[in-house]
Amino acid sequence: MLSVVVFLPLVGAAVLAAARRMPDGVARWTWVGITLTDLGLVVGLWAAYRTPPPGGLAFAEQVRWLPSVGSSYHVGVDGVSLPLLALTTVVFTACAVYALTERTRPRTQAALFCFLQTTCLGVFAAQDLILFFLFFDLSIVAMYFVIAGWGHGTAARSALKFFLYTFTGSLALLVGFIGLYLAADPHTFDIPELVAAAPLQGSGAVGGLVLAAVLVGLAVKTPTFPFHTWLPPAHTDAPAVGSAVLAGVLLKLGTYGFVRIAMPMLPEAWRAWAGVVVAVGVVSVLYGALVALAQSNVKRMIAYTSVNHMGYVVLAVGAAGVVTGSDAAARQVAVSGAVTQMVSHGLITGALFLLAGVLHRRAGSYEFADFGGLAGPAPRFAGFFAVAAFASLGLPGFSGFIAEFQVFTGSIGATGWAALALPGILITAALFLRAIQRLLTGAPGPKSAGFGDLRPAELLSTGPLLILAVVIGILPRFLLDVIEPAAEVVVSLVGR
Amino acid sequence: MAVLSQAALVIAVLFPATVGVLLCLGGSRIRRSASTVAVVVAAGGLVLASAVALTRPVVSVPFVAGADFALAVDGLAALVLPAVAAVALLVLVFAGGDIRGATGRFFGLMLLFSAAVTVTVTAATLPTLLVAWEVMGATSYALIGFRWRRSHDVAAGETAFLTTRLADLGLYAAAAAALAGGAGWALADLPAAPGGWVHVAAGGVLVAALGKAAQLPFSFWLSRAMQGPSPVSALLHSAAMVAMGGFLLLRTAPLLAATGWAATVAAWAGAVTAVLLGLVAVAQRDLKQLLAASTSAQLGFVVLAAGVSAVAGGTAHLIAHAATKALLFLAAGAWLSALGTRELAALRGAARRWPLVGVCAGVGAVTLAGVPPLSLWATKDEVLAAAREASVPLYLTGLVGAVLSAAYAAKVLRVVLASAPVGVQDRYDQQERGTRRIGEAEWWPMVPLAAAAAVLSVLALPPVGSAVRRVLGDTTSPSPDWTSLLLTGAVSAAVVVLVVWRGLPALRWAAGWLGLERAAHRLVVRPVLALADGLARFDDRVVDGGVRGAASMARAAAQRVARFDDRAVDGAVRGAARGGVRLADVTARVDEAGIDRAVQTIARGARRLGTLARRPQTGQLHQYYAQVVIVLGAAAALAAVSVLFMTGG
Repeated sequence: MLSVVVFLPLVGAAVLAAARRMPDGVARWTWVGITLTDLGLVVGLWAAYRTPPPGGLAFAEQVRWLPSVGSSYHVGVDGVSLPLLALTTVVFTACAVYALTERTRPRTQAALFCFLQTTCLGVFAAQDLILFFLFFDLSIVAMYFVIAGWGHGTAARSALKFFLYTFTGSLALLVGFIGLYLAADPHTFDIPELVAAAPLQGSGAVGGLVLAAVLVGLAVKTPTFPFHTWLPPAHTDAPAVGSAVLAGVLLKLGTYGFVRIAMPMLPEAWRAWAGVVVAVGVVSVLYGALVALAQSNVKRMIAYTSVNHMGYVVLAVGAAGVVTGSDAAARQVAVSGAVTQMVSHGLITGALFLLAGVLHRRAGSYEFADFGGLAGPAPRFAGFFAVAAFASLGLPGFSGFIAEFQVFTGSIGATGWAALALPGILITAALFLRAIQRLLTGAPGPKSAGFGDLRPAELLSTGPLLILAVVIGILPRFLLDVIEPAAEVVVSLVGR
Repeated sequence: MAVLSQAALVIAVLFPATVGVLLCLGGSRIRRSASTVAVVVAAGGLVLASAVALTRPVVSVPFVAGADFALAVDGLAALVLPAVAAVALLVLVFAGGDIRGATGRFFGLMLLFSAAVTVTVTAATLPTLLVAWEVMGATSYALIGFRWRRSHDVAAGETAFLTTRLADLGLYAAAAAALAGGAGWALADLPAAPGGWVHVAAGGVLVAALGKAAQLPFSFWLSRAMQGPSPVSALLHSAAMVAMGGFLLLRTAPLLAATGWAATVAAWAGAVTAVLLGLVAVAQRDLKQLLAASTSAQLGFVVLAAGVSAVAGGTAHLIAHAATKALLFLAAGAWLSALGTRELAALRGAARRWPLVGVCAGVGAVTLAGVPPLSLWATKDEVLAAAREASVPLYLTGLVGAVLSAAYAAKVLRVVLASAPVGVQDRYDQQERGTRRIGEAEWWPMVPLAAAAAVLSVLALPPVGSAVRRVLGDTTSPSPDWTSLLLTGAVSAAVVVLVVWRGLPALRWAAGWLGLERAAHRLVVRPVLALADGLARFDDRVVDGGVRGAASMARAAAQRVARFDDRAVDGAVRGAARGGVRLADVTARVDEAGIDRAVQTIARGARRLGTLARRPQTGQLHQYYAQVVIVLGAAAALAAVSVLFMTGG
């Protein structure tokens, strides 16, 4: 069942790629059909999901693959990966709906996105490091083509920068994986086995080096300060759906790696480096927010808020490593907040990027200076953008609050230094209010005249994302009941 | 019965919230009916609030991080909830006559706000409180900037939201302290937080409450908030949201007291605000600005009450002030809509033009002044009685605040009592275009508010006052004694008479709200923006520059390698090839010059030898014989030499 969820989009991609005669309209709707089916399957998984015992997996499947190097096709989910699988299918569905009005090679785009969806789902389902790495790298390749093929501005250059930077990061990750493989006895790439064995416990510097390799690899992908500079150009030049997937799903591959690989496999090194991770988190939060505040381009601004929002995740997972003198309950809240933040950021920032795409569709610009008073000609757009902005700044009633509340209370509960990141909440509020003011209110700007309001495809793609953010914000238990047991497991593994 | 009462509480929250969201979404389609819908919902809200005030339900559902979303109606909530609901209803009735355009959005946001207030008043845990607290802030932002085409209004909303959110960070810190200390999330459990955590919790709550209540040093946002529509000023920026800052401190008075310092800080913050913002109010020439400053000052008494654990006095003052100030804001709003001005000088004579509004505003002003037997006279004195018991300097500061309230209220009264000077019409329509009429929906809500403002002194006086104390469980704080009541009443009345008769000095230095906003800009906003710009440049030039540098270094290195490849590696190959060719040349030359020549030489030699060999063959017999003799002779010589060698060796 899990493999069907993962590979269904790949089959779709193959069909779409092979059917050269397929009319564009059919291709667009086929894509929507594939993503909706996959979404339905994930909803089924969610309904059938029962929290596995600590260290266990739900819907696990294992097939011999490369026995000579201790690697197998091993997939499964737990409370960390299931929400991210669901997020992936939701974001891709929203993109498919948004792209119903796409004019540039829609069939190829659909095929590429279906392929990309499989790679993302594969990363979240993988329980083997080789498999993880394979999907991780293929996602980079697919995203490269998305940006280069459907982007605008200096797309080729930005795509190349994205590719080279994240690919280099993935090489660091691979070095770390090989270190883990070599340290394990018997040698294995199997994730549950490596978690159970924690092979580098008591190895001192070696564990630190392996963790450093893994951390650098994940930090590039997340991205955290100072490895984030590939993100703004990639977002600015990517098509709206590309940005939505990049921010909504691909960034989570990095943060997911912290919780799935770095923390449980290298607990001792993680605890030793926790202070550094917390510091990187705090800096990312403040730095991302401040730099976003200074942007004059909507998409660049949203891109930098991603650095800020992912900073909350890094802060929380770092704080979860501050074991001495802190309460396990607080650390659990922090990890639970980190996972909630991944989901929340995916929904909200996905919606924000799709809405930013509307600016480009209508006026060919993302510059604040070109707009103003859009609430007049486009009230629905204004309403959606304002709601998404308030969701992103962590207003209660939206998922962002549930995430940030947990991140902050848990992290500060574990280490007082985390309180240094609190102004991040305020700065994000300031920057989003400024964005609302400059885009939506006041006098019309040079490109505001005749700005068309949201069309059905735009409404039906961003709307559900925001509704989900509200549902999580008001009734978070259905999500937290899945996440919290897994967070508890992670915290106990880190405490070993 | 318990289930019914719980349902009533849940509906009291969900019903206005849901209808509010629907009204916002409905947008332009609703228009006319939006105000009716809102008034009906608010009326239902008042009924439900009264019901739950009597039945005191507790509702709780699991929420986040092990904390419940918990609502509980205790004594404090039972008193405040119906009061706020009543003010909300009356303000919404007024707004039905006052607000034009985009009514769906306006009334939707107002209902959403009402729901948030209900949650704030009944919140039993910190996360619950924080949710409602920030939603109030967001609706306040959206309502201040309701007329979004006016950039100035939107900016005012931003200032309000950001200033209060800055203070709200305190609640996040307090929540973290509650978690870390293991005291649990219930507001009632916070005083039991162990070690240093109780201080963090108390400090955080205090800062958040001072921000919301527009106390010093946060007061300036309230001044900007006056850009918003008048009903918003009446409900959010006096009776409900700003008052919730004071309310929170009343709710957490035991926590403040548990720290040993937070209560004192709160008391002094309130007292100083009452004095300084009282001076600011005295200095204003704009009616709404005067009322806003007086809101800060009056809430100063509530905050002071929380600091000295006078929960009964603080609650009574909060409720009485809500009625009084909502009334005055509605009057100001009615005049603003009708005459297009908020200038005190331009409003002279307005009260006589619409006598009923004038009478109500007069009652409001006299109440605000603290003149007996109207409400604020008694409630303020109850607070001051507790202050006197705590500290004499505190009491004296509060007393100065009381005198100042009489002064600024009298300034309003002067306008109310005045007759229209000649040419006052020229000063109309400064802020907006007046309609020159005040409709029924606008004036009648002022009547019940004026009645409440007048009679609510009973909340602080026996026998009702004693019942209030019982409901609140406040048995320790002192009641005002009659001498003090009569004394402050007489002083206030005297000040009012004096001011109405003689007027007030201009106090220019206080007119700009003590330069607080300028200071905030200079000390916080501008440095942060400069830092942001600097970091953005740093990010482009240094961080990304480093990446670009690394990339171009890699490219340069690659080029160098390529050059090396061209010159050295390929050069070696080319050299080898050249060498090969040269070797081949040499070989060829050697081949031509050496081998071939050698071959030819050998051939030539052979030929010459052949020629030589042919020479003896002459065909003459005697020559052959001679040749044989020579050969034989040579052979004999050779044999002799050989023998010689063999024997000699």
